Amino acid sequence: MSFVPHTREDVARMLGALGLSEVDSLFDEVRAALPPGVMPEMPRASELELRHHLWDMARLNGRPDQTPCFRGAGAYEHYLPAAVSHLLSRGEFLTAYTPYQAEISQGTLQVMYEFQSLVCELLGMEVANASMYDGASALAEAALMAMRITHKRRLLISEAVHPHWVETLRTYTANVDPEIVLVSAPDGATSASAVKAGLNDETAAVIVQNPNVFGVIEPIRQIGKVVNSSPALYIVAAYPMALGMLASPGEVGADIAVGEGQPLGLPLSYGGPYLGLFATKIEHLRQMPGRIAGVAHDAQGRRGYVMTLQAREQHIRRERATSNICSNQMLCALATTVYLALMGPRGFRTVAEQNFVVAHHLADRLLELPGCSPRYQQPFFNEFVLNLPAAAEDVERELWDDGIVSGLPLSRWWPERKGEMLFCATEMITEAAINRLVAAMEEALG
Amino acid sequence: MNERTIFEKSRTGRQTCYVPERERFHPAFYMLPQEALRQRAPVLPELTEGEVVRHYTNLARKNWGVDVGFYPLGSCTMKYNPRLAEQIAAWPEFSAAHPLRPTRAAQGWLRVLYETERMLCELCGMARFTLQPSAGAQGELCGMLMIRRYHMDQGSRRNIVIVPDSAHGTNPATCSLAGFQVAVCPSGPDGLVDIAALKRLLSKEVAGIMLTNPNTLGLFERDIQTICSLVHEVGGLAYYDGANFNALVGRFRPGDMGFDVVHLNLHKTFGTPHGGGGPGSGPVGVTERLEPFLPVPLVRKGPEGFEYEEHRPRTIGRLHAFGGNALVVLRAYTYLRLLGAEGLREVSGGAVMAANYLKQRLASAYQPSHPGRCMHEFVLSAARQLAPRSPGEGGNERGVRALDIAKRLIDLGFHPPTIYFPLTVPEALMIEPTETENLETLDAFAEAMLQIAEEAETSPEVLHRAPHHTPVGRLDEVAAAKDLNIRWRPPHKGADDGL
Repeated sequence: MSFVPHTREDVARMLGALGLSEVDSLFDEVRAALPPGVMPEMPRASELELRHHLWDMARLNGRPDQTPCFRGAGAYEHYLPAAVSHLLSRGEFLTAYTPYQAEISQGTLQVMYEFQSLVCELLGMEVANASMYDGASALAEAALMAMRITHKRRLLISEAVHPHWVETLRTYTANVDPEIVLVSAPDGATSASAVKAGLNDETAAVIVQNPNVFGVIEPIRQIGKVVNSSPALYIVAAYPMALGMLASPGEVGADIAVGEGQPLGLPLSYGGPYLGLFATKIEHLRQMPGRIAGVAHDAQGRRGYVMTLQAREQHIRRERATSNICSNQMLCALATTVYLALMGPRGFRTVAEQNFVVAHHLADRLLELPGCSPRYQQPFFNEFVLNLPAAAEDVERELWDDGIVSGLPLSRWWPERKGEMLFCATEMITEAAINRLVAAMEEALG
Repeated sequence: MNERTIFEKSRTGRQTCYVPERERFHPAFYMLPQEALRQRAPVLPELTEGEVVRHYTNLARKNWGVDVGFYPLGSCTMKYNPRLAEQIAAWPEFSAAHPLRPTRAAQGWLRVLYETERMLCELCGMARFTLQPSAGAQGELCGMLMIRRYHMDQGSRRNIVIVPDSAHGTNPATCSLAGFQVAVCPSGPDGLVDIAALKRLLSKEVAGIMLTNPNTLGLFERDIQTICSLVHEVGGLAYYDGANFNALVGRFRPGDMGFDVVHLNLHKTFGTPHGGGGPGSGPVGVTERLEPFLPVPLVRKGPEGFEYEEHRPRTIGRLHAFGGNALVVLRAYTYLRLLGAEGLREVSGGAVMAANYLKQRLASAYQPSHPGRCMHEFVLSAARQLAPRSPGEGGNERGVRALDIAKRLIDLGFHPPTIYFPLTVPEALMIEPTETENLETLDAFAEAMLQIAEEAETSPEVLHRAPHHTPVGRLDEVAAAKDLNIRWRPPHKGADDGL
C-alpha cells in the first residue's frame, strides 16, 4: 500500500521548482554526513494480503470475547454500549490533535470540560485534569505532586496497592529517592492503626487503593480520619466502577484521588490504551500535572472552551513544569465521557450492584468446592482471593485447556503464594459461564 | 449559539438501560459497613442514546482533523491514518484480550509486539526496543532514567544534560523529572548546534545530550557524528528525540548517527491517529550497553513460543500498569507491514519534497528562519508582517502577528501551522505538510498564505479580527485563567432541571 498521492507529474513539478531531478537529491546533505546504513528488508503488502496475515495472528489469541475471563487485577471487562465505539470513530475526534487552535477544536475542548466535570463527580473531588496515561502513572504523578506540596519525601504506601502501580511509582520517583514505607495488610485490609503508627512529621503522603489489589474494601474512612489529623496528604486510588456503591475519595478526606479509567468505556486492549483519572482539591490546583480545559468567552460574549492554566505545563515552564506530560489520553477520555453519559446515574449504579452480586454469587459457588476457602474474611466488591487445594498455576493451565481464563494465580507476583487465586466477576459473567467454571474447577481440583 | 453541556441537556428519568437488572441484592450487601458506602451519588447526566449521539456528533463537527482537511501542524506529523489499522484494532481477538492472559492464550499479541520491536530496531539501528511508554514524553522519561541508571552503574554521578535552545519543551521538563540539570546549548546562526558552544558545556558532569534530528527548525544537524563523539568522549550518552523521524524513516538510522537511545512517536511517523491529544505510543530503543536497563516486561522467543521477560535485575522498573498502549502498537504494526521498507522511503521522500516545495513557494512573502533546503518541515517568521511600515510607505501600521495569520488560515479552510515555536524564531510559523497531501492541497495552502501576506499589507484589520466563520471567535484566555471555570457544577437542590 501507499498513502502518498504524488503522481509522476506532481513529483516532476515539485522537484522542478526546486531545480532537482530526483527525490534522493533532497537527502544529499544527510548522505554526506552519515556512513551508508544497512536498511531493513521489510516486505510491502496490499490491504487484502495483510488482512489475511493479521487474521492468522488474531486467531492465535483465541476468541477473548467468547471465552469467559475471571481475571481483573487492574484491568476489567465491562459492557461497552455500541454507541461508544461509534462516536470514537468520528474522524473529527480521531484524527485531531491537541486543541491548540481553540476556534476549530471546540469539540475536543468541550469534551475535556465535560470529562473533568464527570471525574470530579465520580471521585467526589473539586478539580480534575483531562487525564493521564493510566492509573499507575497517575498514582506516580500524585506522589510527586504530594512531595512538591509538602516538601517532604516520605511515602506511606499500603502493601495492598497493585504491585505494578507501586513499581511505576518507584520508577517515576527514582530521582527524588523517596523513603517508601509499606503498611502491612496481614488480614487483607490496611488497618488505620498501622497507618497511624507509621505516620510521622516527615510523611508527605499516605497511599491506599480501594478496593485493594486483593479485592478487599479498605477502611478508607477510618484511614482518612487518621491521615487528615496529620500534616500528610491522603492519596486514594479508586476503582471507578465501584464508585456506584462505595464511598468516594472525596467523601473520606482524600487530598488527591486517582484511578484507572479503563473500566469506564474502554476494552481490555491487552493493557492499553487506558486512562489515568486525576483529581484534587482546589487549593492544590496549581500543583496538578496535566492538561485542563476551562470556560472562556469571545468578544461577542459567546461561551467556548480553551486549555487553561498552561503556565504549569512543559511547553511554557520547560524544566520548571509540574510534569513532563505533554498530551493526555483524549480519545480514551471521550470514551469515558460518552460511556457515563449513556449509563446515567441509574445505569452506573446498576452496573456496580450487578458486579457486587455476580462476584458474591461466584464466591458462594466456588466455596462449595472441596478444599476451597476464602483467603481473607473481609468485605469485597467484585474480586476476591481463594485458597485452592492445588497450585494455582496448575489450575490456570487446566482451565485454559477448557478455554477458560481463570482467576490470577497470585504466585505470578508473589512466588510464595502458590495456592492463592484472585477471582473477578463483572456484569459480563453469565450464570452459564459460572457453571462452566465450577465444572472445570471441580475437574481440575479432583 | 452556545453549545450546552451534556449536563444541561439532562432530564430526570430520561435514560436507557444497557445492562440487565438481574437479582439486585446479595445478602453480603447488608453486611457491608455503612462507612464503606457512598453517601452522595455522583450527578451524572440523564439522556437517551439518541440525544447522546447527537450531542457528541455535533461536538465532532466543531473539530478539525486530518480527515477534515490540511493540518500542517509543525513537529506533529499530521498524516493520513490508514483505516485498516482501525478495523484490526477493533477485532475482539485483539481488543478483548486481558493483559494478564496466560501467554499461551496470547501468542498472536506477543508476536505482534515481538515483530514490531524487531522492525523498529532495524529502522533505527538499535539493539532492542521497549514498547511500554504511552507517549513521546513518557518515552523521554524512560530514556533519561536509563541514562541515569547507566551512569550510576558506572559508579559516576552525572547531573547535567545538554539540550539545544530549539528543543521541544518536554526535553527540559523530562530532564528535571529524571533528576538532571539542563544546560542549554545555543544554536549558531545557521540554526544548528553551535559546536564551539557545545564544547564549552562538555565536562565529566555531563550525563548526555538530547537532540532532535532534523531539529525543530527542520534542519538536518550535519555535524551529528561529531556531536555524538564529543559527548561520548566525556563519557556522556546521546539521546535521539524521534519527533521528527518522518524526515528520515526508511533511509537513515539514528544508530548510524551515533545515538545510544531513541524514542519514536508511533502517532507521528507510523500513522496512528492522534486522537485529539492521545493515546499515542512512545517506544524507546537502545544500543546494547543500555539494554539491561530497559523497563519490564519485554517479549522474547522461548522454547514454547513467545513469552515475557519479567525479571531483569538492572531494569529501571516500569512506566505502565501493563505493557503500554498495545492497540496503538498494533496499528503501527499494520502501517509498517502495509508500507514495507520501500513504502517508508516514499514516506520520507514525499514529506521532505512537499516541505521544500512549500517553503520555496512561500519564501518570497515570508521570512524563512533559514535559507536553503529543509527536511520535512520549515519555519517562517512573520517578523515582516509584524513590522511597522517605513515612513515612506504611508498608511496604517501592519502589526500582523503569527497568531493573526494562523487565525486567518482558519477562515480560508486550513488548520494553522504550529505557532510561536521554536522559541528561537520570533513570530514563528512552523509548517509540516507531511507526505500524504496532494499537490492541489499544497498549492491551495500556498495561495492562501500568499493572500494573507497581501492582506497584511492592504487590510491588516481583517487578520486582526479573524477567524470570522467559526462557532466562537478568539477566546479570552487571560480572563479564563483568572475567572476559572474548569468543571460544571450541579445547581442547588430545588432548581427545576431535574438534577
